[in-house]
Amino acid sequence: MNSLELAWNMRKDAIEMVHASHASHIGAVLSVIDIIAVLYTDILNIDPQKPDMDTRDRLVLSKGHAGIAIYTALAECGFFPKEELKKYYIDGSVYSGHVSSKGIPGVELSTGSLGHGVGVACGIALAAKQAGVQNHVFAVIGDGECEEGSVWEMALFANRYQLSNFTVIVDHNKMQAMGSCDDVMALGNLLDKWRAFGWNVVNVADGNNHDQLREAFCKKKTKAPNVIIANTTKGKGISFMENSLLWHYRDPQGEFYENAIKELEEKRP
Amino acid sequence: MRNHLVEELVNLAQKDKHIFLLTGDLGYGVLDDFASKFPDRFFNAGISEQNMTAVAAGMALDKNTVYTYSIGNFPGMRCLEQVRNDICYHNSNVKIVVVGGGFAYGQLGMSHHATEDIAIMRALPNMRIYSPADPMEAIEVLRRANEVKGPCYIRLGKGKEPELHPELLEYDVEKAMMLHEGQMVCIIATGSILGEAKKAVEQLHSEGVEIGLYNFITLKPIDKEAIKSIAAKYDYILTVEEHNIIGGLGGSIGEELAELPGHRASLIRLGLQDVYTSIVGSQEYLRSYYEMSSEHIIKKVKELLQ
Repeated sequence: MNSLELAWNMRKDAIEMVHASHASHIGAVLSVIDIIAVLYTDILNIDPQKPDMDTRDRLVLSKGHAGIAIYTALAECGFFPKEELKKYYIDGSVYSGHVSSKGIPGVELSTGSLGHGVGVACGIALAAKQAGVQNHVFAVIGDGECEEGSVWEMALFANRYQLSNFTVIVDHNKMQAMGSCDDVMALGNLLDKWRAFGWNVVNVADGNNHDQLREAFCKKKTKAPNVIIANTTKGKGISFMENSLLWHYRDPQGEFYENAIKELEEKRP
Repeated sequence: MRNHLVEELVNLAQKDKHIFLLTGDLGYGVLDDFASKFPDRFFNAGISEQNMTAVAAGMALDKNTVYTYSIGNFPGMRCLEQVRNDICYHNSNVKIVVVGGGFAYGQLGMSHHATEDIAIMRALPNMRIYSPADPMEAIEVLRRANEVKGPCYIRLGKGKEPELHPELLEYDVEKAMMLHEGQMVCIIATGSILGEAKKAVEQLHSEGVEIGLYNFITLKPIDKEAIKSIAAKYDYILTVEEHNIIGGLGGSIGEELAELPGHRASLIRLGLQDVYTSIVGSQEYLRSYYEMSSEHIIKKVKELLQ
């Protein structure tokens, strides 16, 4: 399965899951799916048969509300049967809306409160560096999440200790819970901000374009920590969800669901 | 207390290369030995407790034992959600070392008085809480915490606490320690204020009054069996703590007492009576001002015995 096929499967799974569970956050999930798909197909050194392998690369989803993006990627890559995805949001299951590592092979960390996962990932990277493990640690954060002070505490630390085995990907879809990031709490120039914190900054003009993402992942430096600013589209792939705040919350039912599936089918790679 | 603990940490780190120490830019002069012996395992995380705690959680997810070190409320309450979500939920092997429990930094003001920390940390599943009273207890606590796989909160005084035990105890710090037996009233204390309780018991003893005295080094998991037997033997339990009476030692004992069937001891809690400290002073002064010094303990015991 190549990254485009994986991303398409993940989108289909995601629509089915939020449809069945009436869950929110589909906009954020669709935004980040391409980043996750490229990581799982072309970048991460992982093995679905050995999810706890010591030398594996680590991926922490700090924007935990996009948990579906991780669950679907893992299921599609064979970490657990796809049937499991039907347990999402179900009474008594471990598949919480915000990504959970408990009882789900392949998930590195439970997150949900923003600005946490990226700091823990930084600690995982530091421990790996100290132990001389030749792996790489990735953390995916949201742009709205960059309003959390803890993100910038982490940014200082990772630079101070030169964690070149660490890459943060900012899913920069320019929208957050109550409006556009610019209106809610202007982030200004994210590239300049991360550069000022000493990071190796890579800009991806289209953060939903797999070739551009792959190219960005190859631009690691040997000293500083890396950040990829992926300019994504919230709700990417379902036209009526794109750049629409409503679909941060709404789940597709009736015609919306049918049209979403129809549009996906038309775009099957 | 802190110097003994750090010395012991150096000993442990010599034997175990998976021990790491992070500080929130505090411990000037105290952590030097560790830092110079293990430069690859010592990190100053800067004045960033949220990140220090998250990083520690990440480092300790697999094989490592990671200590975070700071003063008072900073490594616990300041970054409470990191302690909850990142450390405790994942049962990450992090030991939070707090210097300045209670009024140890009395003159520095309320920001530096750790007086609700036990209550808050106690509410977190997976967390163990230790509150040593003197240097020997601090060493024993560190050894125990280091063996436990999972989060621990180690609440120290500052330094120069009187030594209550002349030598190492080789004692299970998770069991309540009986220090004196008596009738009617039993004092239960935790942390360095045990010294005040001990003084009170000795004074009463010299007056021919014998009361009980127990030391609870571990507040979580609390020694339920000891509470049960104390509650059966005595009429009154008097808890003494340098902490709010809500949720700390007194609160913990109260919860256990309430669930015991039948007749049992009544509880009186000495400590901060649900107030903030708005005055400053030495630890001794503040203990007296907030009515938890040996004089106040004696006065309370005598009231109960009347």
